[in-house]
Amino acid sequence: MNSVAELQRPVARLGAAAIGIVQELGAYTLFTLKGLWHIFTFPLQIAKILNQVYFIGMKSVLVICLTGAFTGMVLGFQGYYSLVKFGSEGFLGAAVALSLVRELGPVLTAIMVVGRAGSAMAAEIGIMRISEQIDALETMDIDPLRFLVSPKIAASLISFPLLTAVFDVVGIFGGYLTGSILLGINPHIYYARVESGVLLEDVTGGFIKSVVFGLVVVTICCYQGYYTHKRVDGFGAKGVSLATTSAVVKSCVLVLVVDYVLTSFLM
Amino acid sequence: MKQPLIEFTNVSKSFGANHVLRGASFRVFPGEVTTLIGKSGSGKSVMLRLIIGLLAPDSGEILFDGRPLAGMNKQERKAFKRKFSYMFQGAALFDSMTVFENIALPLMERTTLPKAEIQRRVRDKMRQLDLHQIEDKNPAVLSGGMKKRVALARALVTDPEIVLFDEPTTGLDPIRKNAVHSLISDYQKRYRFTSVVVSHEIPDVFYISQHIAMIDQGRILFEGSPEEIQNVSDVNIQSFIRGMESRRDELTGLSHRRQGERRFSQEIARLKRHNSAFSLVLLVFENLPEINAKMGHEAGQTVLKEFAIGLQKHLRVTDTCSRYGMDKILMLLPDTTREQAHMVCSKLTHEIRRTEIAPSKSLESLCFVVKAGFAEAMQDNRIEDVLERAETAPDTIFEFRIC
Repeated sequence: MNSVAELQRPVARLGAAAIGIVQELGAYTLFTLKGLWHIFTFPLQIAKILNQVYFIGMKSVLVICLTGAFTGMVLGFQGYYSLVKFGSEGFLGAAVALSLVRELGPVLTAIMVVGRAGSAMAAEIGIMRISEQIDALETMDIDPLRFLVSPKIAASLISFPLLTAVFDVVGIFGGYLTGSILLGINPHIYYARVESGVLLEDVTGGFIKSVVFGLVVVTICCYQGYYTHKRVDGFGAKGVSLATTSAVVKSCVLVLVVDYVLTSFLM
Repeated sequence: MKQPLIEFTNVSKSFGANHVLRGASFRVFPGEVTTLIGKSGSGKSVMLRLIIGLLAPDSGEILFDGRPLAGMNKQERKAFKRKFSYMFQGAALFDSMTVFENIALPLMERTTLPKAEIQRRVRDKMRQLDLHQIEDKNPAVLSGGMKKRVALARALVTDPEIVLFDEPTTGLDPIRKNAVHSLISDYQKRYRFTSVVVSHEIPDVFYISQHIAMIDQGRILFEGSPEEIQNVSDVNIQSFIRGMESRRDELTGLSHRRQGERRFSQEIARLKRHNSAFSLVLLVFENLPEINAKMGHEAGQTVLKEFAIGLQKHLRVTDTCSRYGMDKILMLLPDTTREQAHMVCSKLTHEIRRTEIAPSKSLESLCFVVKAGFAEAMQDNRIEDVLERAETAPDTIFEFRIC
């Protein structure tokens, strides 16, 4: 009898893990759908959304400008030395602009915002959870998802594409700084290639990505904070720290995974 | 038989291997203050959380107005929740909002009241709870007692029908503690609201409760009136109550009601043996509700405290005073006949000066009305009989004003 139980143990564990994953995915999906739905339920929470746009969007502009500029500058260098081997350095503008608009802009913006705002959201909601503030909302018949999460989702859907646009523009300018000013490509050719190389569908594709990343990042960060109390690996302050860590790690990884999936569809 | 508003039938709740409730059954009646007492960690807070639906029972049933909570649909649940307010043990204030925003939140989110009206209601509650000049402060900078009172204001601002208080007075000083009790009792009388209080303040909380439930090892050990629980013979209950009781009433420094009653039986025994007459005087602070309403509950309790201290100065060494209720003081005068008790009362009306009771200038505009009733005890009298005579016989009542 014992040996049967022994044999069953790994199977049982595997089953429990699988059920756990499915349950977690289900809970996350419901969380996301409810959060999205409550953006549109009346009365609209305009003031709260604007507040969050300021926090997620406006306050990230400097970071985005800095990372955008240096990414563009590096692309300018790398692109120049690759292209010069084929004698086609004139295409630098198109190379820099396309890699930024289609790929690096949305991805790096998302990852930078995870670090700046996502971790803060997870920690804020996590602390509200462990100090019973979320329970207090529930007892007041105020839906915590609507009150705390929906404005953040709405603000992310607005902020992410705008930040991505800033990142792209600053990055293209960074490419110009290294490509033209340092390495001597004719600036007219650089910008002409940018203009001719980038098509509307590239820009649309980039924006679609950034909107999806916005949704993924904000829902994962809020979800981790919201269910801090259900963590089995740590309670209280430790729970919040673990929730914040896993919010950052999970959303960064998922941004890259989703990026691959979206790219393969958009190509 | 009254219909209970909330009824637990055989409710069990476990957290992993920790079985907090093991078949608890108890009732909350409408318009009454029900107090849950028991050791720390015995599941009192869990019961409150079960009532409001933050937790669901593993087994057993919770009925609200005769209907099971588990069977309610979304709309009914919403309507149910709107009748409630919950005051958390740790206050659970929103630390990113100001005190004003915290108290106003339930009104802002749940009602369509104009801003000016919300402001008026919030300020009104803050005034009642002596929360002055902290509107724009962050909860993080407040003291523990202040946080409790902000949480209390937030719980009461919606004028709820049922309020669940999770240790509303833990960590407060005696005056504020009594002020909170007086506020709960006042609300209950004025609005007939139902409340469930989790408390360790024994016997203070008995003065304001109509129904007491004691929980031990996951079950309800006792359910009944405050008088019943104090007279019950069960050793566990008695040792718990005695253990929680302080030697003297924290606010007034007088002895407790139970000690007063014990002294009464000793005097009755003496009366039987030596035929030594003794009398009782019951002092009732008539306009305490008025002082509470005008000056706040804290001022009311301060007056009561100063009055008790002043009173003791005018008594003989052998006389004893005990607190008999929220606004009642019982005096026991040994070797005193009815006539002598009469003299004591009339002496008190002349001797107690306002400066003793209300040294603070803010109370200058108010008079304090105290009713003193006296009666001599006879052999085989119960304390209730003597007190009834003291309170009702027209020729034995003094009413005096201290202005």
